[in-house]
Amino acid sequence: MPKHVELDASPQPTLLRALTLLTGLGFLATLYLGLFVAGTDIQQGEIQRIFYIHMPSFFGAFTAFGATVVGGMLYLARKQAAWDRIALAGAEVGLAFALINLLTGAVWARPIWNTWWTWDPRLTSAAVMCLIYAAYLMLRAGIDDSNQKRNFMSVYGIFAFVSVLTTLFIIRIVPETIHPVIVGASPQNAQGSFEATSGVFMALAPSMLLWLTLMPATLIWHRYRLETRREALERLKFQALGD
Amino acid sequence: MMTPFLACVLAIIAKDLRAEFRSRELLSVMALFALLSVLVFSFALELDREARAEAVSGVLWVTLIFASLLGLNRSLAQESDQGNLDALLLAPVSRSAIFAGKFAGNALFTGAVGLALLPLMTVLYNINMVAPGVIVTTVVGTVGLCSIGTLLATMTAQTRAREALLPIALLPVALPFLLTAVRATKGALNGAPEWQVWLQLLAGITVIYVVLCLLLYGYVVEE
Repeated sequence: MPKHVELDASPQPTLLRALTLLTGLGFLATLYLGLFVAGTDIQQGEIQRIFYIHMPSFFGAFTAFGATVVGGMLYLARKQAAWDRIALAGAEVGLAFALINLLTGAVWARPIWNTWWTWDPRLTSAAVMCLIYAAYLMLRAGIDDSNQKRNFMSVYGIFAFVSVLTTLFIIRIVPETIHPVIVGASPQNAQGSFEATSGVFMALAPSMLLWLTLMPATLIWHRYRLETRREALERLKFQALGD
Repeated sequence: MMTPFLACVLAIIAKDLRAEFRSRELLSVMALFALLSVLVFSFALELDREARAEAVSGVLWVTLIFASLLGLNRSLAQESDQGNLDALLLAPVSRSAIFAGKFAGNALFTGAVGLALLPLMTVLYNINMVAPGVIVTTVVGTVGLCSIGTLLATMTAQTRAREALLPIALLPVALPFLLTAVRATKGALNGAPEWQVWLQLLAGITVIYVVLCLLLYGYVVEE
């Protein structure tokens, strides 16, 4: 008789269910605030509303990538597979957020800058961020041995984050950008800036809060559970082949 | 003062140099590739005098990055194929000493190719590249590139599809080097005063990456 490997079939913890519900409702609420409550921009019109997702998704990506770095470092220190799963989940969620940021930016730029894409330093750095984490996932898929994979990816996750930060730093000291800065002083040749009135902040602040905390945390948790089950399934397959 | 760390680093460099002197595998491949790349760029871009001055620093760094990929792949693949990496790990020396040795060897070879490219490009592109600023930038840039390159090549040398994985892993994280090195080189060629700021940035990033590599190398070679 083959030995039985338990597949973790436990139902979602109550806290996770609550978080999922809260995140869903929060997302609907911030959408409502951004789409209906906040005033229409006098120059840009309705398209400006994309900003309430565009900017929060960029910062949300950093929360998720932060999870990748912290997970990686804790894995290297403690060698518990759980930390590596958090790191993987962070990279995937962060990449998704970074892509949302890029896509919403392109949609906004089409009417405002009259182009989907331009090699502006800020746009370039956002694209680099996506590429680095796409490379992270590619490299991860290319390593067979699971312990080796966890070690390598923890190290790569740290370098990925350092590269993102240094690229952002380098890009920020280049003055020639047309990207507007809404919070703080906009660069001289920024195109498509708008005034951050109290109405803008009222819609922005909750959205920002949601994308920085609940959104990445919930998604990472779900992805973590998925990865736990996938690894158990791998072990099961391996055992079935062995019998 | 000969510490065990330094002795180990020097021994690895001496081994790499001796192996290279006998086989001439790395340098000849890298040099020929670099030469071809510079020629291909000059045909592909069909540059006039002004466009050449703009593009030449980009051509230099793209060529160097790809040449270093070739060298790094071979340098670390031969370590793990012949079992030498395992032997090094058995030796009672610190992992960071092993990294420093391999890193120094790679930086030496890539730097040599980079420096040889400068007079070659001076002739082919008719722009004086053998200037102190360009030479310093080339040296610092290749050192930085080879630090993260050596670490990642050690990783990919232990995987199945290593030739394919190293460029994918290295190119995105090497972008900070490319961004600063290209601007420093361009500035040094045009006589723009801010090139030194870019060089300082490049040097700063290099220091950060070398320190991180020394700290983390142990984890990518552990069994």
